Amino acid sequence: MKYIDEFRDGAVAHSIATAIAAEVDPARAYHIMEFCGGHTHAISRYGLEDLLPANIRMIHGPGCPVCVLPVGRIDAAIWLARQDGVTLCTYGDMLRVPGSRRLSLLKAKAEGCDIRMVYSTLDALKLAQSLPQRQVVFFAIGFETTTPPTAVAIKQAQALNLGNFSVFCNHVLTPSAITQILDSPEVRELGTVKLDAFIGPAHVSTIIGSRPYEYFAEEYQRPVVIAGFEPLDVMQAVRMLVRQINQGRFEVENEFSRAVTRDGNEKAKALVAEMFELRRAFEWRGLGLVPYSALRLKAPYAAWDAERRWDVPQDSPPDNKACECGAILRGVKKPIDCKLFGTVCTPENPMGSCMVSAEGACAAHWTYGRFRDVEKSE
Amino acid sequence: MTLPRRTHPRPLDIAHGRVDLTHGGGGRAMAQLVEELFIAAFDNEALNQRNDQAAFDVPAGRMVMTTDGYVISPLFFPGGDIGSLAVHGTVNDVAMAGAVPMSLSAGFIIEEGFPLADLQRIVASMAQASRQAGVPVVTGDTKVVEKGKGDGIFITTAGIGMVPPGVAISGDRARPGDAILISGTMGDHGIAVMSQRESLGFETAILSDSAALHTMVAAMVAVVPGIHVLRDPTRGGLAATLNEIASQSGVGMLIEEALVPVRPEVRGACELLGLDPLYVANEGKLICICAEADAEALLAVMRAHPLGGDAARIGGCRDDSHHFVQMRTQMGGMRVVDWLAGEQLPRIC
Repeated sequence: MKYIDEFRDGAVAHSIATAIAAEVDPARAYHIMEFCGGHTHAISRYGLEDLLPANIRMIHGPGCPVCVLPVGRIDAAIWLARQDGVTLCTYGDMLRVPGSRRLSLLKAKAEGCDIRMVYSTLDALKLAQSLPQRQVVFFAIGFETTTPPTAVAIKQAQALNLGNFSVFCNHVLTPSAITQILDSPEVRELGTVKLDAFIGPAHVSTIIGSRPYEYFAEEYQRPVVIAGFEPLDVMQAVRMLVRQINQGRFEVENEFSRAVTRDGNEKAKALVAEMFELRRAFEWRGLGLVPYSALRLKAPYAAWDAERRWDVPQDSPPDNKACECGAILRGVKKPIDCKLFGTVCTPENPMGSCMVSAEGACAAHWTYGRFRDVEKSE
Repeated sequence: MTLPRRTHPRPLDIAHGRVDLTHGGGGRAMAQLVEELFIAAFDNEALNQRNDQAAFDVPAGRMVMTTDGYVISPLFFPGGDIGSLAVHGTVNDVAMAGAVPMSLSAGFIIEEGFPLADLQRIVASMAQASRQAGVPVVTGDTKVVEKGKGDGIFITTAGIGMVPPGVAISGDRARPGDAILISGTMGDHGIAVMSQRESLGFETAILSDSAALHTMVAAMVAVVPGIHVLRDPTRGGLAATLNEIASQSGVGMLIEEALVPVRPEVRGACELLGLDPLYVANEGKLICICAEADAEALLAVMRAHPLGGDAARIGGCRDDSHHFVQMRTQMGGMRVVDWLAGEQLPRIC
């Protein structure tokens, strides 16, 4: 715990805050997007906004794997859970994400579908071993961080000759999403969303390294600082970005050097490259169809691919019309701009995905920061 | 012909036996189970009368009554088991009115096939907790459900107690300006159960804090009869309990994260499991809300009690029409400490 406490030291935070305040140019505004939900959560959980000058605006990005999965994929998971003999394993957060017709995996479970909450791919694998008469499907979601564990589980299933285990693969890629945001008309042409800089992913970067960000730092002229998920990491990253912006630099800097290298985890990357291939396009909630932004299993591993074992529906039903998750995930709107926020959409009764996961922009703001809206309106 | 001396010629085979449907059937097998297992363990005057109800005299005054169901999984966890928990939890609910607990009832719903040895272990632990607390189990009930229709054993206990004259403790009495005190570290019970359930095998064993708090409450009430609110932060932890009180009393609260005591090993386990210690259940801690002027005296009494060594003042109540519970984080920023959304740890008590 000593290790963690060092990154949550209030006195150090105060001194970084003082340094940031001294360095910002009062004549300009700083728009910094933290891509990852982990950063969004840290900012809200520790009230870091209170430590930053008023002209630094943090924009919450789409880096929450629960939030970006579109309605169609939730519906598909429910469809899978309803197939005869199927036991669907999922991470807890996915249970409450609303699909079409206000259905969710939680409601499907209450209807009698065999849906189990697991903490890891290995739990799902164990379940498959203990339930030989069932087809155990693992609902695999997440960015580059969670892909290697899925790969390992499939390798183990192969070694154990487990014919009743498969993966419903929804692994997505960070760099394509960031590029999509930077290419969006709001950022590129209309200028309605100002994005000066990015706080780069923590855990994702431990796998892919810092090199993949070099392209868009250069191409789009936006500085990137890769940062850990602890509050002091975020504070330090903001300070580094302010300095880059002030100096007109746009480089990839690595605040999270205790875990991230330029090349990342070669072994994990090789395993993923061996087993997965790019999908031509994949739908993201809020971002629409993003080219080459997700993975699926290669042909030699087709036996463990739930989408090949079953004829999984590939529909893409629209989001709830009033729900602004899409615009919020692109940084175009804030949670408070959504009519549903805090009225009919709350963590207890989420209408959109951003209200489900603790890392979602809406859930984080509702849970930790909604007193600010009251203070503003009074 | 020689009549058998006892109704049950052969004693229960506790070492190898299992509960079957006849043990809840109202016949001789049930009578034997009650006699040899429950009455033998709880052994007190009211229960020994062997009636369907307990009869006892009560002093005049204000009485409180409470009931609670226990469905915890696993049944045995570091620092306690479902039996001791069923006593502590209900004694504490009585005590949180400032009352002196007098007696308990116990209802057992047992699944067919449950080992008698486990049942005896649970009942013995319950009897010990009840004797230690000085609160007898005076009446009870046993039901057996078919295999697959329960999960081992569920226990319900009810408790009654007498409120001393002049004491009016209630969740709606918190006032702006009041101090918020807690009696010790947060999250021990939830993490102890969770680590057992997930077989996490932490190097340092984290024990549940399951304990009866009525003697601490008695000492506190003796010094400050005008305590405003007492409540034990069980399910949903400190966060949920403060929110309940804030909305019941119509006040806001401000607490300081740095002042909330959490054991380092609990904090570490929470990091690993992605939990916030403020939301993790406790079974041997209380929250006390009192007038600012009484805070120091109450803290001294709490700290002098064996269960209150880590007692701390964590914040205060204030005017707020939104009834927000807010916290200054250790980083110096502000946040809401919200109600728990969904279920953090199912079947924690």
